[in-house]
Amino acid sequence: MIDFINLYLVPGLTIGSVYALGAVGISMIFGILRFAHFAHGDLMTIGGYGVLTAVWFIPLHPLLLLPVGMALAIGAALAVDEFFYKPLRKLPTIYTVIASFGVALIFRSLAQLFWSSGNQVFVSGVRPPMVFFDTFRISELHLQVIILTLIIAVALHFFLTRSKLGRAMRAVSDEPELAAVAGLDTERVVRWTWVIGAALAATAGVFAGMDTSMHPNLGWNLLLAMFAAAVLGGIGKPMGAIAGGLIIGIAEETATFTWLSDEPLISPSYKSAVAFFIMVALLLFRPQGLFKGRLL
Amino acid sequence: MELTGLFFYLVSVLIAGGIYAVLCLALNVQWGMGGLFNAGIAGFFAVGAYTSAIVTTAVSTKHLGGFELPIPFGLVAAMIVAGVTGWVVAKICVRLKSDYLAMASVGIAEILRLVIVNESWLTNGSLGIAGVPRPFGDLVQGREADLLYLAMVWLCVLAVYILCQRLYVSPWGRTLRAIRDNEDSARAAGKDVDWFRLQTFVIGCAIMGLAGALSAHYFKFLSPSATEPLLVTFLVWVMLMAGGSGNNKGAIVGALAIWFIWSATEIITSRLPPEWITRSSYIRMLLVGLLLQFVLQKFRSGLIPEKSPKIRSD
Repeated sequence: MIDFINLYLVPGLTIGSVYALGAVGISMIFGILRFAHFAHGDLMTIGGYGVLTAVWFIPLHPLLLLPVGMALAIGAALAVDEFFYKPLRKLPTIYTVIASFGVALIFRSLAQLFWSSGNQVFVSGVRPPMVFFDTFRISELHLQVIILTLIIAVALHFFLTRSKLGRAMRAVSDEPELAAVAGLDTERVVRWTWVIGAALAATAGVFAGMDTSMHPNLGWNLLLAMFAAAVLGGIGKPMGAIAGGLIIGIAEETATFTWLSDEPLISPSYKSAVAFFIMVALLLFRPQGLFKGRLL
Repeated sequence: MELTGLFFYLVSVLIAGGIYAVLCLALNVQWGMGGLFNAGIAGFFAVGAYTSAIVTTAVSTKHLGGFELPIPFGLVAAMIVAGVTGWVVAKICVRLKSDYLAMASVGIAEILRLVIVNESWLTNGSLGIAGVPRPFGDLVQGREADLLYLAMVWLCVLAVYILCQRLYVSPWGRTLRAIRDNEDSARAAGKDVDWFRLQTFVIGCAIMGLAGALSAHYFKFLSPSATEPLLVTFLVWVMLMAGGSGNNKGAIVGALAIWFIWSATEIITSRLPPEWITRSSYIRMLLVGLLLQFVLQKFRSGLIPEKSPKIRSD
């Protein structure tokens, strides 16, 4: 049981936090701009490398340098929206989906060009995990990731329910025509969607890069699970996406636990298939997700 | 000597271009005619490649094999297995709307890749399958064999083109385009939308399997890296968009045009100083990504735009 918590549940919550932060952006972009953003994983990669570069020059803890990565990711997101997505906005959204595939490739090749294609670590060396009550062994990083994600989730909740901008975002997501008639500036909402989505993606990218290492495929490899999380939470429901991310993360990790016999239930090498099957099952049987998201 | 070298370089470019043309025709069936967004091309390509390799290679302790069937059987088996895989996928996913189908197909390609890497009894894992036979490999060797293979690949392109063209002008193809352009009205006209989409997806996947088999027999060696999901899938999408989706001739022209550009940039970048050579492949990827954006914004109907056949009035 202790093993289950230490080796499966906490890592599951950690990777789940990464999925959650990425899925918020995917869910908001899907809700407001109505397309599946396939470059979101690579936006995470860009943010992660931004912080990695900052760490080379400023000897501070990577998490304190997060704003650098956020700024880079926000700049990248606003630029691709302006040059590549906006001109296609009048067309069927599937063209924007294709464009976002291209943007994913552009981001990745830029990452390989500027930061090389190898693995790079934020902080080298192994640090012993923290021990609580002589039983729970949790690494410092995992604790930081989970707590920071919870703080972000609470802040996001208040932003969406209390602030004028947050409510405008929800309005555009729920009823775009009505929101436009009510005089909401849709382009402003779109810009802020990118800002928030990219900032959270950068955070997720740094978390994922610190947990393992930075490499150009980091974000793309996480994309599928983040889509699953966004669908699970309900498209256009940022808080649902957070819940969805945590659930997918825990499901992936605990699926490899020795539930029935001494063998893992699912071989760890097939771990990433779990998210896929959850997503397909949801799309077929409950496409609106857990929290009544929109149906496209 | 320089000239013969150039000639055989051209032959190798045309062989790979032909394989891409087959992939592009397959995607044209799924996307151009049926409007189905398949982002998992590499997965079905890999299934075809491995099937044909396993069916035709000699006995090996490292992977399943030892059937040593003639190559035509390998090609047919590749189409069947890729088609059946496509059928299973389509049975589950074909009802999904475009964006969701795109997500699901990315996942399928990923799962197929996981199977290929992990099930080493079947595929020898990341070490790959060696000794995949080339047709008439006993009779001709070396450069002459490349010429022969070029003929075989383009014979396949021709056969697939004729098949796709027949499909396009047939009542079946007309129904498919009706579904693509307006699903609700096609449904109202009594067409079984899901059934047509299932057929489209399976036909496309089978042709992708054929392309995979052709590439396995060309390179004679097969490893998971040969089916790099991004490069195969993405290049084929760029080719079809540039060539003109919905037009079979456009698919072939697009495949050749993009492949020539891709190969030409390889010649240019190979003359760069060594520290730039590794980086040059990233620059090429960057340029292809930008090329797609250009095509999407300014050149959406492609080199040879779709032209619906005239309706006969007799």
